[in-house]
Order: sequence, then C-alpha cells, then structure tokens
Amino acid sequence: MYIQKVIICPLDREMVLLNMIEIRFHGRGGQGSVIASELLARAAFAEGKDVQSFPMYGVERRGAPVTAFTRVDENVVRDKSKIHTPDIVIVLDMALLDSVDVTEGLKPDGKVILNTGKPPEDVDLGVDNPQYTVDASEIAIKHGLGSKVAPIVNTAILGAVVKATGIVNIDTLVEVIREHAPAKKEENAKAAKEAYEKVRGE
Amino acid sequence: MSEMKIVSGNYASAYGAKLSRAEVVAAYPITPQTEVVEKIASLVAEGEMDAEFIKVESEHSAMAASIAASNAGARAYTATSAHGLALMHELLMWASGARLPIVMTNINRAMGPPWSVWADHHDTLAQKGTGQLQFFCENNQEVLDSVIMAYKICEDEEIMLPAMIVEDAFILSHTKEPVEIYDQELVDDFLPPYDPDYKLDVDQPLGFGSLGMPDWYMDFRYKIFEAMEKVPEKVEEVNKEFEEVFGRDPGGLIEEYKTDGVDVLIVTMGSISSTSKDVIDELREEGHNIGLARLRTFRPFPVEKFRELIKDVNVVGVLDRNYTFGHGGDAAREIKDAIYGYHDPIVKDYIVGLGGRDLTPKILKNIMEDAISLQDKGLDEEIEWVDLKVNQERWRR
Amino acid sequence: MSEEEEVFRIVVDPKDHRDLPRTVITDCPSDLMNKTGSWRTLRPIVDKDKCINCGICWKFCPDVSIHVKEDGAEVDYDFCKGCGICAKECPVDAIEMKKEEDYV
Repeated sequence: MYIQKVIICPLDREMVLLNMIEIRFHGRGGQGSVIASELLARAAFAEGKDVQSFPMYGVERRGAPVTAFTRVDENVVRDKSKIHTPDIVIVLDMALLDSVDVTEGLKPDGKVILNTGKPPEDVDLGVDNPQYTVDASEIAIKHGLGSKVAPIVNTAILGAVVKATGIVNIDTLVEVIREHAPAKKEENAKAAKEAYEKVRGE
Repeated sequence: MSEMKIVSGNYASAYGAKLSRAEVVAAYPITPQTEVVEKIASLVAEGEMDAEFIKVESEHSAMAASIAASNAGARAYTATSAHGLALMHELLMWASGARLPIVMTNINRAMGPPWSVWADHHDTLAQKGTGQLQFFCENNQEVLDSVIMAYKICEDEEIMLPAMIVEDAFILSHTKEPVEIYDQELVDDFLPPYDPDYKLDVDQPLGFGSLGMPDWYMDFRYKIFEAMEKVPEKVEEVNKEFEEVFGRDPGGLIEEYKTDGVDVLIVTMGSISSTSKDVIDELREEGHNIGLARLRTFRPFPVEKFRELIKDVNVVGVLDRNYTFGHGGDAAREIKDAIYGYHDPIVKDYIVGLGGRDLTPKILKNIMEDAISLQDKGLDEEIEWVDLKVNQERWRR
Repeated sequence: MSEEEEVFRIVVDPKDHRDLPRTVITDCPSDLMNKTGSWRTLRPIVDKDKCINCGICWKFCPDVSIHVKEDGAEVDYDFCKGCGICAKECPVDAIEMKKEEDYV
C-alpha cells in the first residue's frame, strides 16, 4: 500500500491566469458546441489548469439553440453555478443573433469570436468588445466535417479561439482534438489549424 | 496506474462501480441518470468490466434484481433518479430490511409536477426513512470515491445496509471535471471481495425474507437500529483509511470548512457547498467569523457531530435544496432535532435552488450576509424562500 | 366577471407565484402556439392517388398530426415532428419521407 497525492494545479504553467476564465459557446444542436466546450477544457487541463465543462440543457433536438460553457483556472474551480458574465463568447451560428442575446453579461474586456465570412468591422453586435471572425463553416466543409447544409464547425472555431485569446497553445489543442474528437480526428485537427491561421481581428 | 480523466459525474459513478468490481448491475434509464447505465453497458460489452448487466423494465425491477443478486452473494450496483427512485420505494425498504449492502447512485432531480429534470434534493430525502445510508457529493471525484467507500462501509459485518450516493442533476451529472480514476490494484487492496455470512446457495438451502410475527419483528428492527448507530464511526474510520490509501479526504460525516471557533455556521449539502466555499473565503477576508459545514452523510444523521460543531455558534444558516411538504426543509429540521436540549443558537432555514434554480456566488453571499445579520437583529423568519420571483431583487442585488 | 371567465382565469404573463394557478396548467393556446413541426428533419409526403383512406396513419401518429379527409390523409405540418411512423405503417406505401430542407 502506498500513499499518493494528486496535484491538480502543477506549478509549471505556461500562461499565468490572474482570474478564472469563463467561456460561453452559442450554437445549434448538431454543430458540436458541447464537444467544443469539452475539447477546450481538455486542452487547458493538459496545460495544467483546472477546468469545468458543461452544457445548458433544455429541449434537446437538432437545430435548437444550444449553450455550452467552459471554466479555466489556475486554482481549483469550485464555482458550480452557471456562467453569467463570460470573458469569451463564441458564436457558431450567426443566425442565432436574431433570437439570442449572445453578448449578455459579457465582461467589458471580454472577447467575441464569430463564425462568419465577414471581416470583424462588418459585424455590429452593439458592444465595444474586440471581435474576431473566421469562416469556420467554409473550413469545416473543406475538410469534410458534417454536410454542406449543416457543417460541424466546432473544431474550426476552436482554432480561431486559441489564436484570438491565447487561452491554450495551438499545438495542445490539435493534440487534444487528435485524441478526443469523436470522428474524423485528422480532418478536425487540420480544420483547427487552418482556422488558427485565418482568423481576423485586432 | 491511476489516471486523471475529464469525466462527468455520471461517468464517475460508472467508473466507481467498475473499480469496485460490481458483479451485477441492473438498471433502467431515466434522465439525468442515463449516461451511468450507458457507460456501464459499454464497459461490460467491451469486456472492460466483468459484470452481469441486466436490462430491466422498470426501476422497481432494477432494485428487485439487485436484491436477488446481493442475496446470492454478488456485489450489486444500480442507479436512478427522481421518479425512478420513487418507483423503487418499496424495494429500498426491502433491501435494508434484508440487510443487503447494495450501492446505488441517485442523481438528484426534482419531482413533478411541474415536470423538471433539474437538481433538487426532494427525491432523495423522500427516501430518508427506507434504511438507505445517504451520501451527498460535492464534486465528481467525490462521486467516484463515495461509491468505492460505500461498499466498504455497507459490507462491514456490523453494518450490512444499502447505500445511496447522491449527485446533483446536471450540475454534477453532466458537468465534466478532472477526476482521478484509480489504479485497480489500489482499489482491490482497499476493498476486498464481497463475502457475506449467508447467501442463497443450492448446496445449503436457506429461506430469506419470511414472516416475522409480532414476537420477533421488533427485534429485527432493533438490530437495524444497532447497525445504524455504528455507521457514523464506521464512516469516519473508512474515510480515514481512504485518505491514507488514495491521498484524498472525501469528507466523512460532515466536512468542516473553516469552522474553528466561528460565530456563524452555514450548512449545505451537495454541489452548493463547492460554490459556497468561495463565498466563505470572501466573507472571511472581509472579517466575518463564518464557516461552512458540508452535510455529507444525511443518513444516518450525524447527530453527535452536529452537537459538537454547534456548541459555541450564534447562528446556524441552513441551505435546504428541498422542500419536503412539512415545516421547511429537511436539513434544518434534523439539525434542530439534533441540538434540542443541548444548544440554543438561532437556526434559520433557507429554501434554495429548487428544480435547478441557479445559485450564483452573489445569491449565496446575500444568504450568508443575512445569516450574519441575525447575530444583531435576532431571528426574523424561521424559514425563508430565497430567489423567488417576488424577492429576486433582494437576493440578486 | 361571468362564471365561465372565473373558472378559466389564467394570467398569460405571470409575474410571480401570486399569478400562477394552483395546479400546473397551461392555457390551451400555448400548445397550439408551440409549433413542434419546426423540429422536423424529414417530411412525410402523401401520394393521394395511392391513399386508400384506411386511417391507419391517423391511428399510429403519436402527435395526432394526421387528419383523414375525403380525398385522403393530410399531414398537419405545424405539429408533425417527422418521426416516419405513418410512412412505415401505411399498407399501400402512399407516404414517403423526404428531406425537410428541400421544402424550407
């Protein structure tokens, strides 16, 4: 019998987070928002952070608006409430802007990452926060993720998120996608890398 | 080798059953428990878990099959939630009366109507009189730890009672966090195989569960009372041993968080406790002498421990994520019962978070500040419902 | 206030518990307003030339979204969730499930 201690927060951290980072994903059922929140958590965990990933549940069905959340912290994440004031908002489907207030509670210095072919200055969300855009749908279709009508954009948008926020290293994300993407691992990894290069803003 | 994995509370439950080498799993799916059953079914199908997985047609049958398995000397595990647990009610009583150490996970979910699949402790607390030990978990790691520990406690020859591991719907069941999945050998060292004194055996036929005439029934009940009285000590003992082996303290009967010499004691159960600890830290930094007691073992109720803990406290603020149709919530009532005739602090019962209503750090801070204010102004209301539509402004400000 | 109004009084936009009815009821139009047809990914198309008006699809439809008229079965696309049970049960194969996206 031996005694073993597990340290959740190792000290060899690459990036110092002063506060907990809270991320909110807005998508539609079938686009992979929940998996995205989980993959991002896995990547941050791989870099020694404590993490939490959870979806908001309502009526589950393809096409319905979906919200998913990720928390990342240097310290143990104890807060088990929902995320009301995110640091980062990620929009997987621009059509949601009509029905969902995606910037609700967004912190003054928070960032928004949007899946659209438009440059950031052409998107008006009514807030002054920095905006980043990437055509994740096009990238997903190019790599054969989902169908033309309903591309699965989660891994592509994550590549853009990583570039825009520096929350994790892109190599860590790609490695996590290769290990944990439910299907088409290599294609998903490539989509993330391509979006990382193509994201626009700031 | 032990391994850190990012898993949901439901998967943590399933891995707990696997590591405990549960031999029979009979379960029926219900939201939000379904993933427990799915995961175990796939672990069995892939040959990673050596268990008999029985598909049943209801929760009543799930517990019936677990009872039969346990009676035959197998380690039995099941899981359910809310209405499924209510349907099991009769057999929960049978499991304890028959002294079978079946361990189950109940995912706390509100009872309908109105239909709800979200977190609420009513389902579990409605079964508090069925002879099940009840352990409320704060995070996913504790869910896994508690399943393993529960077998160790329940299968002790002095105890031999069933247990429920309780996790909050969605807040734990569907939230993914880092969880250490222990090395199987380590768990095997901690938890020996289940070997009851008597079991169903064709070579040595015995009759189980027969009639108890009035001249004997009461004595069988007394034996359960005796066993229940021994549980608190056993919980602390197993908890200590667990910490020695796995390097982690799941919390025993009551987890005391900064409770030394406090004036105000907050009592919570389940996942609320985790968020509350951040708030306690904040209030202590602001100079308030406040601490948190996380009520982990609800059955049997840790009466002695509360008497000790509340000895010098001025105010006890109890957060009840349940309303069980009596006078307020269950935890506050049982605490008052425990300290009656011993201590006389102000005890205020806050009814919170029913049907999954979110408990933000802000709301929790307002509750705790309200409890602190009672030291000067005295008890205003015995029971207060927090964050109702009519008083949301006050609690969310 | 007439007696009828008193019995069925339901506050459409309740503010707090005082506006709620004693039991969990919703005003009837709420189900009519919740057009669950938007959940559909496959759309049943009835070939009225083949339909023999047997009513089997009406009997099996779990959403009560099929009405059998003089000239054959008619689907209420406001509420049909596109499960395809009707197409499966039709004895003369008069119902075909087609991709919803071709119709919107």
